[in-house]
Amino acid sequence: MNPKVNGESQVWVWVEHHQQELAKVSLGLLGKARELCQQLGGGEVASVLVGAEELAAELIDHGSDKVYLANNPPFPLFETELCTHLMTGLIQSHQPEIILWGATSLGRETASRVAAKLGTGLTAHCIDLCIEEINGKHQLVATVAGWGGNLTLKIICPQRRPQMATVKPGILSPSPREKRNGEVIPVKVEDKTPRTDIVEVVEEQKKAKSLEEAEVVVVGGWGLNSVGGFQAVGELAQILKGSVAGTRPAVDAGWIPAERMVGQSGKTVAPQLLVTLGVSGAAQFATGVLNSKLILAVDKDPHAPIFEMADVGIVGDLQEVLPLLIDKLRAIKGNT
Amino acid sequence: MPCDIVVCVKQVPHPDYLNKISIDPTGGTIEREGVPALINPGDRNALEEALGIRDRFSGRVIVLTMGPPQARKALEEALAMDADDAIHLCDRAFAGADTLATAQALAYGIRKLEHFDLILCGNTTIDSGTGQVAVQLAELLDLPSIIDAEELTFEDERSLLVKRIWERGYIKVRIKLPAVIAVTAKINQPRLPTVLGIMAATQKEIKNWTAADTGADTGRVGLDGSPTQFFEMSEFHAKRQGEILQGSPEEAVTLAIDKLVEREIL
Repeated sequence: MNPKVNGESQVWVWVEHHQQELAKVSLGLLGKARELCQQLGGGEVASVLVGAEELAAELIDHGSDKVYLANNPPFPLFETELCTHLMTGLIQSHQPEIILWGATSLGRETASRVAAKLGTGLTAHCIDLCIEEINGKHQLVATVAGWGGNLTLKIICPQRRPQMATVKPGILSPSPREKRNGEVIPVKVEDKTPRTDIVEVVEEQKKAKSLEEAEVVVVGGWGLNSVGGFQAVGELAQILKGSVAGTRPAVDAGWIPAERMVGQSGKTVAPQLLVTLGVSGAAQFATGVLNSKLILAVDKDPHAPIFEMADVGIVGDLQEVLPLLIDKLRAIKGNT
Repeated sequence: MPCDIVVCVKQVPHPDYLNKISIDPTGGTIEREGVPALINPGDRNALEEALGIRDRFSGRVIVLTMGPPQARKALEEALAMDADDAIHLCDRAFAGADTLATAQALAYGIRKLEHFDLILCGNTTIDSGTGQVAVQLAELLDLPSIIDAEELTFEDERSLLVKRIWERGYIKVRIKLPAVIAVTAKINQPRLPTVLGIMAATQKEIKNWTAADTGADTGRVGLDGSPTQFFEMSEFHAKRQGEILQGSPEEAVTLAIDKLVEREIL
């Protein structure tokens, strides 16, 4: 039996955007929403877009059948109380089966409030989402990494609706844009005064590309203490035009700021190439790099778990291997 | 004017022992036997912030936890750090709670308090790390909230200016008390309990409240009150068809680079 509301099972995506650009996490969620609809045996994907009417077409092209557009009156996504108010109203009138949210600072706050207001389940930081038939009912099964990433847990929300989940940026990559048809439905926003007052929004210019978007990430771990720290990581990243990251022990050692930490309690990355240097590969790290296309690992301990999760492994003394790697890569990159 | 602050804390497994947690193959329950526990690190930042505010305005710092009997240790530690009062929500009825049912239990506990001005929480826990409970608690108590807070400045006794971090920078938000604020690790450096503090803590009472004591609707807390359920648990293995390259370092590096070229990565 398919869960159907008004003849259509519905999967919704809460959309985030900034300066006329859709967040990658929202586009990735749209692709996942389409997949879930297919697994449900059909149905509609809808996006909820606050302001930024000009982005509606792009949402349709990425998989939305409907776009609920709330821009009357417009308000910024920072107003999480207004976002909550909008979403709970929409959910109550349309009763979607599933809502997916980006696990961003603002997304997480709005999603948590909506869940509490409606008394429904919200599963945080999912690494996978699918539909399974459980007790004769199609249900959203959300996989999360628990307890430092040593366990994976599958979580369901059997009774309450909508079933809601958040996914961290970097887990799902957006599929390419394709011309599609869809409907934009304007939504009137009821008047409500938020209890918090936004005084100032400050954007800090980031020199380096964000880790989540990097095509190449070079990550250093505790093993680098044998070569006196992080210098080689920076050098390799420069040669490969990649970003620098660290494990928790590297952050604790003060080699790299916490913003650059990869793993369960840090960032999730999904680069084309991930190079790990002196990283043992504890599960807490592994869950942050699962979707890397290719992992090249260098560590001295042949039994380190990193070699089970790497595609290509070099066991060796970092003091010996790193200079070789840097020289040879420089030679190649210099020639292209 | 005094400022009474509730600090919500959670006892979590020690991070160095997270890889010792496994699944009992027979029962499908989580084995935490022999894993030392501590106050969630982020909650210590919340407590430190609360203590600083109390020392400035006077008032009381009330630590609140929901958890099994052994979670009492977390409250003892908080009292040794100089918190004034401690409340332990401890009842089988609270067990098995997801984030919403946890927030419900905390809300029942807080509603029973005579007075509070501010609720502080850690931004996220090191075990499950959802970061949802503080916001859900605020919603259930019908209070405004701010998460990812890196700096709190009192504009006057009832109004705070909060520096809230987001992906692209920060936002300054004004919030009126009472409110719920979840703070990051950057906000301060939590103190360690002193010997005097530990001695003083033994004189302080830890209140034990059952579900009935708080007037909780048992359908809204614990496993019964949790909209989400564990469906399946497994140990995590990130296995790939990996290959460890043989040979001298020189040979291994050359081979590795060949593979990257072959896979069109370079």
